[in-house]
Amino acid sequence: MDDNKKAAAKLILTRFMAYVFVFFFCALCIFFFYLLFISASKTNFQLQGKFSFLPGSNFITNFKNAIDDTMINIPVGMMNSFIVASISAILTTYFSALTAYATYVYDFKLKKYVTTFIIAVMMIPPQVSAAGFVQLAFKYNLTNKLWMLIVPSIAAPAVYFYMKQYLEATLQIEMVEAARIDGSSEFAIFNRIVLPIMKPAVAVQMIFSFVASWNNFFMPGLLLTKAEKKTVPIMISQLRSADFAKFDLGKMYMLILLAILPVMVVYLFLSKFIIKGVTSGSVKG
Amino acid sequence: MRGKNNRKSVSYAKWGYIFIIPFFVVYAIFTLYPQILTFYNSFFENYREGLTQIGPNFVGFDNYIKLFTTSTDGMIDIVKYFSNTMIMWIIGALPQFAIALLLALIFTSTRLKLKGQGFAKTVIYMPNLIMASAFSMLFFSLFSTVGPINQILLANGILDKAVDFIAFKVPARLLVALMNFLMWFGNTTIVLMAGIMGIDESLFESARIDGASSGHVFKDITLPLLRPILVYAAITSLIGGLQMFDVPQVLSKGIGMPNRTTFTVVMLLNNYLSGSKNYGMAGAVSVILFIITGILSIIVFKVLQKKED
Repeated sequence: MDDNKKAAAKLILTRFMAYVFVFFFCALCIFFFYLLFISASKTNFQLQGKFSFLPGSNFITNFKNAIDDTMINIPVGMMNSFIVASISAILTTYFSALTAYATYVYDFKLKKYVTTFIIAVMMIPPQVSAAGFVQLAFKYNLTNKLWMLIVPSIAAPAVYFYMKQYLEATLQIEMVEAARIDGSSEFAIFNRIVLPIMKPAVAVQMIFSFVASWNNFFMPGLLLTKAEKKTVPIMISQLRSADFAKFDLGKMYMLILLAILPVMVVYLFLSKFIIKGVTSGSVKG
Repeated sequence: MRGKNNRKSVSYAKWGYIFIIPFFVVYAIFTLYPQILTFYNSFFENYREGLTQIGPNFVGFDNYIKLFTTSTDGMIDIVKYFSNTMIMWIIGALPQFAIALLLALIFTSTRLKLKGQGFAKTVIYMPNLIMASAFSMLFFSLFSTVGPINQILLANGILDKAVDFIAFKVPARLLVALMNFLMWFGNTTIVLMAGIMGIDESLFESARIDGASSGHVFKDITLPLLRPILVYAAITSLIGGLQMFDVPQVLSKGIGMPNRTTFTVVMLLNNYLSGSKNYGMAGAVSVILFIITGILSIIVFKVLQKKED
């Protein structure tokens, strides 16, 4: 009886400590976003004065100032980023799914080599081909072209790998064979039967590739030099060189908030789905 | 019948090739060819000085020798940049894995049955999706001499004078590591949780019946069975760490201040490609990056194979 009580007390204590531990790290994550949010709502004067944890009253004005800034044209940047990220997301998922389907359903001589090759190159960092890519872009006058950042996303080995595993787990070859008997063409089978089956995997990868592309800084930073072609991460990095004695800090925080807001909004609605995607992508099979 | 079937599968094989064409054509043009060009360039002197183009002249391994010899102005020092990268990675990765493991154990514990888990996971994973350059810019402003962190510390009397954190080696590196930690510990938690939940529940059950303490269960069941996933997660984190760029680039305005102690390998690559268009030296840096990543990837591959056996 006494032992039982002791064990129960110990469990309550452990549970309490676990709550405190989890709460601390949640609070740590929220803290920085809260600071960003309240700072984006303060006037430059409030930001330089005594610190307060309460939001300011200048949110709307800061928003207007950020949108109208002449040095950093954030609406254009967000538009460019959106074009690159959304088209990349569609291309990368569609063609990865198509390639995965081809190497799963069809038997052809080079199939084994194709699969091995894609998996072998999966881990190569994108920076390794950057020098050659930049050199070619400058040689053929292809800098400041958004499509140069979009088209390469058709070949995404890691997305292919995810799609292939998803197909192996979900697609029955019999369904493909049944569709053939019904007289569907191979291309129509993929588009009308296989793609709908893959919807969850396609959606997850679309989100992840959109986010990766939206946040991408390295390659766009090397290729996009004209102001009207720049994407959001390049503009944000330009903020770092701003003269802070003259630059309105409220506006600066607002620009950072605008840069991360689209992804945050998507995340708020789809967080459960996204976290499930992380789980399924990390464990084999 | 059999003959007919065979003929049929031969005619379908064609579609296999057709469907992989877009992927391979794009890969060949936009990744493979630039990659070969990068490697090829590493053996040439090829850069711009002002308006004059130098090279391309074949120089053998000169670029590599130059890369590993500290230049007089201290600019070229890949060993230093490599160790900077690794130091900042490890300061972030150690707490990242320790805390992620603890959180994963807490979340999966059938004894604790914590409430509000869904919310907690949502919150800790969130920083993983944030634009790294914007996150870095945010930290720069928050930790600047006029930023809120200094204001809070001054108001509480912890500091008596505002500190320029990024002007000193240790706090600058700690800030980079802190950002990497915040951006990745939630991701690692979720990966490790999936690993723990993949362990056969009956193993825990029988250990409990045998009266094993939770410490023993962790040491003798959870940890050994989790090891492949831990190694996999650690090495992929290391590969990601090697590519560290956005955070230190923005935080240090691209110069790795103070005194290039936060300058990373990819920042060096970026430097060669953005200013002098030094394709020779950029190529050499890329080859080094490729070799290190290759070795690490083979280890990952071996670990995963062992797991399947």
